[in-house]
Amino acid sequence: MDKVKSLDDLRKMKAAMQNATELREKGQNIDKLIEVKVSMATCGIAAGARETMAAMMDEATKRGIKNIVFTQSGCMGYCHSEPTVTIVRPGEEPVTFGEVKGKRITEIFDSYILKGELVDGIIPLSSKSIHD
Amino acid sequence: MANVRMHVLVCGGTGCTSSRSLEIVDALRAEIKAQGLAEEVKVVIAGCFGFCEKGPIVKISPDNTFYVQVTPEDAKEIVAEHIVKGRKVSRLLYVDPKTTEHISDSKHMDFYKKQLRIALRNCGFLDPENIGEYIARDGYMALGKALFEMTPKEVVDEVKKSGLRGRGGGGFPTGLKWEIAASYKADQKYVICNADEGDPGAFMDRSVLEGDPHSIIEAMAICGYAIGASKGVVYIRAEYPLAVERLQKAIVAARETGLLGNNILGSDFSFDIDMYYGAGAFVCGEETALIRSLQSERGEPTSKPPFPAESGFWGKPSNVNNVETFANIPVIFLKGAEWFASIGTAKSKGTKVFALAGKVNNVGLVEVPMGTTLREVIFDIGGGIRNGKKFKAAQTGGPSGGCLTEKFLDTPIDYDNLIAAGSMMGSGGMIVLDEDDCMVNVAKFYLGFTVEESCGKCTPCRVGNKRMLEMLEKISEGKATEKDLGRLRELASIIKDTSLCGLGQTAPNPVLSTLDNFYDEYLAHVRDKRCPAGKCKSLMQYVIDPAKCKGCTMCAKVCPAGAISGKVKEPHVINQDKCVKCGACFATCKFGAISKR
Amino acid sequence: MINLNIDGKYVKVPKGATILDAAKQLGIEIPTLCHLDLHDLGVVNKAASCRICVVEVKGRRNLAPACATPVTEGMEVHTNTMRVLNARKTVLELLLSDHPKDCLTCAKSGQCDLQDLAERFCLRENRYEGGAQSTYKKDVSPAIARDMDKCIMCRRCETMCNDVQTVGALSGVNRGFNAVVAPAFDMPLEESVCTFCGQCVAVCPTGALVERDYSWQVIEAIADPDKVVVVQTAPAVRAALGECFGMEPGTLVTGKMASALRQMGFNYVFDTDFAADLTIMEEGAELLDRITRFLSGDKSVRLPILTSCCPAWVKFFEHQYPDLLDVPSTAKSPQQMFGAIAKNYLAEKLGIPREKLVVVSVMPCLAKKYECARPEFAVNGNPDVDISITTRELAHLIKRANIDFMSLPEGDFDSPLGESTGAAVIFGTTGGVIEAATRTAVEWLTGKPLDDVNFTALRGLEGCREAKLKVGDLELHIGIAHELGNARKLLDSIRAGTVEPFHAIEIMACPGGCIGGGGQPYHHGEMEIIRKRAQAIYREDEGKTRRKSHENPDIIKLYEEYLGKPLGEKSHHLLHTHYFKRHKI
Repeated sequence: MDKVKSLDDLRKMKAAMQNATELREKGQNIDKLIEVKVSMATCGIAAGARETMAAMMDEATKRGIKNIVFTQSGCMGYCHSEPTVTIVRPGEEPVTFGEVKGKRITEIFDSYILKGELVDGIIPLSSKSIHD
Repeated sequence: MANVRMHVLVCGGTGCTSSRSLEIVDALRAEIKAQGLAEEVKVVIAGCFGFCEKGPIVKISPDNTFYVQVTPEDAKEIVAEHIVKGRKVSRLLYVDPKTTEHISDSKHMDFYKKQLRIALRNCGFLDPENIGEYIARDGYMALGKALFEMTPKEVVDEVKKSGLRGRGGGGFPTGLKWEIAASYKADQKYVICNADEGDPGAFMDRSVLEGDPHSIIEAMAICGYAIGASKGVVYIRAEYPLAVERLQKAIVAARETGLLGNNILGSDFSFDIDMYYGAGAFVCGEETALIRSLQSERGEPTSKPPFPAESGFWGKPSNVNNVETFANIPVIFLKGAEWFASIGTAKSKGTKVFALAGKVNNVGLVEVPMGTTLREVIFDIGGGIRNGKKFKAAQTGGPSGGCLTEKFLDTPIDYDNLIAAGSMMGSGGMIVLDEDDCMVNVAKFYLGFTVEESCGKCTPCRVGNKRMLEMLEKISEGKATEKDLGRLRELASIIKDTSLCGLGQTAPNPVLSTLDNFYDEYLAHVRDKRCPAGKCKSLMQYVIDPAKCKGCTMCAKVCPAGAISGKVKEPHVINQDKCVKCGACFATCKFGAISKR
Repeated sequence: MINLNIDGKYVKVPKGATILDAAKQLGIEIPTLCHLDLHDLGVVNKAASCRICVVEVKGRRNLAPACATPVTEGMEVHTNTMRVLNARKTVLELLLSDHPKDCLTCAKSGQCDLQDLAERFCLRENRYEGGAQSTYKKDVSPAIARDMDKCIMCRRCETMCNDVQTVGALSGVNRGFNAVVAPAFDMPLEESVCTFCGQCVAVCPTGALVERDYSWQVIEAIADPDKVVVVQTAPAVRAALGECFGMEPGTLVTGKMASALRQMGFNYVFDTDFAADLTIMEEGAELLDRITRFLSGDKSVRLPILTSCCPAWVKFFEHQYPDLLDVPSTAKSPQQMFGAIAKNYLAEKLGIPREKLVVVSVMPCLAKKYECARPEFAVNGNPDVDISITTRELAHLIKRANIDFMSLPEGDFDSPLGESTGAAVIFGTTGGVIEAATRTAVEWLTGKPLDDVNFTALRGLEGCREAKLKVGDLELHIGIAHELGNARKLLDSIRAGTVEPFHAIEIMACPGGCIGGGGQPYHHGEMEIIRKRAQAIYREDEGKTRRKSHENPDIIKLYEEYLGKPLGEKSHHLLHTHYFKRHKI
């Protein structure tokens, strides 16, 4: 830990340390953030869900999106469309997307995450998750 | 930037640590590494979550899954199922006793719904041994604000405006205390943190020190700035090795980061903190005895005035505050005194941390806004009385407090209401008693403690409390008369009126409170020679009902005193003179033939 | 000034005064027990622990201890409401409930502050009797006897021992009901750094700390037909003995005392004052010798010379400054010089072996009991001074001998060890020893008789005093300290070099000097008593025709006939001693 010699230094250190606890802060306020739930069941992982999650996290960082949090859920049952990602915008119903990889990630970011516009390939939700 | 996508917080408070929570940490880390997820998943040791009944606690962020009663053996499953596959391990989730459903997010639990964690804001959230995490959460910003945006007087005024009152038990307005200390001129002043926490069963301060030590350091520095003190002293009981270690590490980290020492944050203000250790004396929680102990003198209180603000440590103006009081300071400056004053009642602002214990279902550390009723704490948060028994009383204030009976259940908790109800807030211990607790025994228990801990300096406490204890022992042995009850009451009030310090002045409170609220129980002991709750051994007898006894001889076999006689297949008899009331026969009889009376 | 109201009466007192002070001014005597205030001597015990003096203060939730509560403007105090009376009675009952009931055989009966309170409060029954008692092992040392079952935790002895005397032999130990004041690790007093100054005994309100009583041995000696029993009386005794018979403090009873002793059956009634003159001869010579050698450039000479007549001071020095054992004078104390002369010179004159002679000393002091038993002051197991009793023990003996003290005629001391000068008498008060030494030393140094023998610069009751006296070309720098705490202050400043070098220093362990000794009639905290005794001593000095030690004809005769000269071989052998290193803790 470097020495802080002024209030400015402290502020800079805070900014630098932000990511240390950011995840937990976000967890406390999940309903105010955009939650991106990646299905991580066996089939999901086989289909590349972990890479999807990492890629989406990178994308969020690249775009400087702060009010977003990434969690994972178990098998949602849509094994045919893995990797599946459910996105909950604050105050809105969850929307699940299938086959989320590669270019689709960019699409989903551009349209749904940033603007709330739906894109193709949405899977209708018919069951509730443990979260609710 | 590492893509850490999950934090696993494991409770590192004393309670959970004793239940192997650190082994859980090791097991989790090993398993996560084995799964190649060490870059993505971070395991953090956090402070006390408060739900001690259900510890060890493991909380997963950001999905807020709250696992209870976790063992190191569960680590593998948690990693494989939840961390890798996102499937919660439902057997480790909390089950709501009312709905019998799993609840995974603590904010939906009855235990947490009515709590407002201000003093405990960082406990269970931050790694107490990482100053970076504290800073990430606005740590030391309050100090920065005070140093650069406020004058010492403005700092004092802010604390006054907040309405914060001492959380150690006295409830003295903190801002006023700081103001008085600030008013004295001296070449050296001290900020003293009372971390002696002597009340039996209290662990509020311990949890703050273990889970968020930097909040105390920051608060003491703010106090130093406000009153003009460059030295801070923490008097911490040696029986808290984990708290000692965490605080020591935090002080070192603060120094290394330049947040303690000379010219903090480039200002003119210099402040550093030394730690001193208690040696096992409850009386050293009294501020003047504490100061004597700091000075390597016999820990006996001295007459007030002079108060420590005028003449304290080494005769210099000193401000003594409790740990929980200090824990509230940084947040008052970050969120504003008005915000703090908006919580609580008219004369008691903010929240209070209680160590809820006794016959409740949810034993643990709770923090509620002042004004929350006793009923809400015991029945909503506490989950009601264990084993479906009936509520009898709630003892607050430890050995200095009194019992609140059913008629006070809807009293909003605040300093003045509790005193009016015949008890006091104290440091926050709250013991719930049910129909099986004997109130005479409760008074005797607390008095036994104060007699043991009395320093012996003044007559009323040294001799008077001992005589009261002897009277209580006589009562619980069935050897007292009704006249003795009057004598007990009179002695109790005189001890209150003449003792030199708070220990003696409040030691009679449990006696007076139980005499007031449960006089019939005392009468039963002295007039009928009977203990209604069945607790006082001398007044209790085990008897065999000849109608139910089958003569199986099992009870006679387990009796350690050879007090049971009888022939096979014939009713047996307990010889009361030999009986030692161990209850082994009662536990053994399969026919329900043995009863207590 | 602060205005307040006590029991309906208004009073004005300076800021910082306590309710107790204010009440006293109004003639209201609030009872106290642990309180002790001899602030002129720096002896203040404000523990506020007994809670006897509690009073009602309007606006205060609980009762306030009058001795430790400072007055505030407009304060309203009530000292005798039912609430206060009940509380006071209960506190006393509690004290008595954990106290032995052996008043009839207790050394303090009739003199006990606790007994006085029980009598004053008219206590006829104790509602809290019958419970557990806090009991302790008894501890008997040569000078002081401890029975801590009777301790009421007033802390006066602790204050005396630690704050005033800075000896540190006693402190609070244990916790709660079994709390008591004792030496560390419960060791016997004899094994600790206790100097036996007896000041703890002088201030103890109960029979917990009393002197070791040897009066029965005195009776046995007098009754023994085979023994010749002689008695010597210290200067401070004659200024205080009268108090034991109801006389005003400060009444000189020298003549009556001599008569009483004679009537009691002592074979010879002598005077320690004689030996005090002898001490001046030896110590004066020693002082002169050191000064002359120092002035002539002898670097090995040790200055200042410290007086050594106070055995508590000597023991203190041996424990606390063991590296400076060659600094004090080697002269014995008057008690011991007397003993040596008695068992040699007098025994020879009487033609009896020393074993047949019993030397009894009457002292204001408890340390003298310890001193006479020191092994270096015995020859083949036979002590120079056999028994040392206190002023209090003498009073008891007189009463036991059925003597009506008040009606006694003025008697005289016997020869050849009964003649003394005014210089000897002033040994009894602080500053007296050094003034006596100065009267002789100045005349010897200058060779001229003194115009004025009164060295008032050396008198007074301040704890640490100093004076500069012009003696010819020499400016004699003299220091005086009474109470061991002041002695320590003075010695430490000498060690640290923060004061101008002294030539001679007089140290007395007791407040006021011997007149305030541990064996004197109890003063119960009355400062005036000490002051009046000091005045009496100086009065006796003024009343004497001879006021310089070297002019004592019997002393001159002793040297001519027997000793030779001061610091000579025989003088050295009989009248000088050496010191021992003792442990610090």
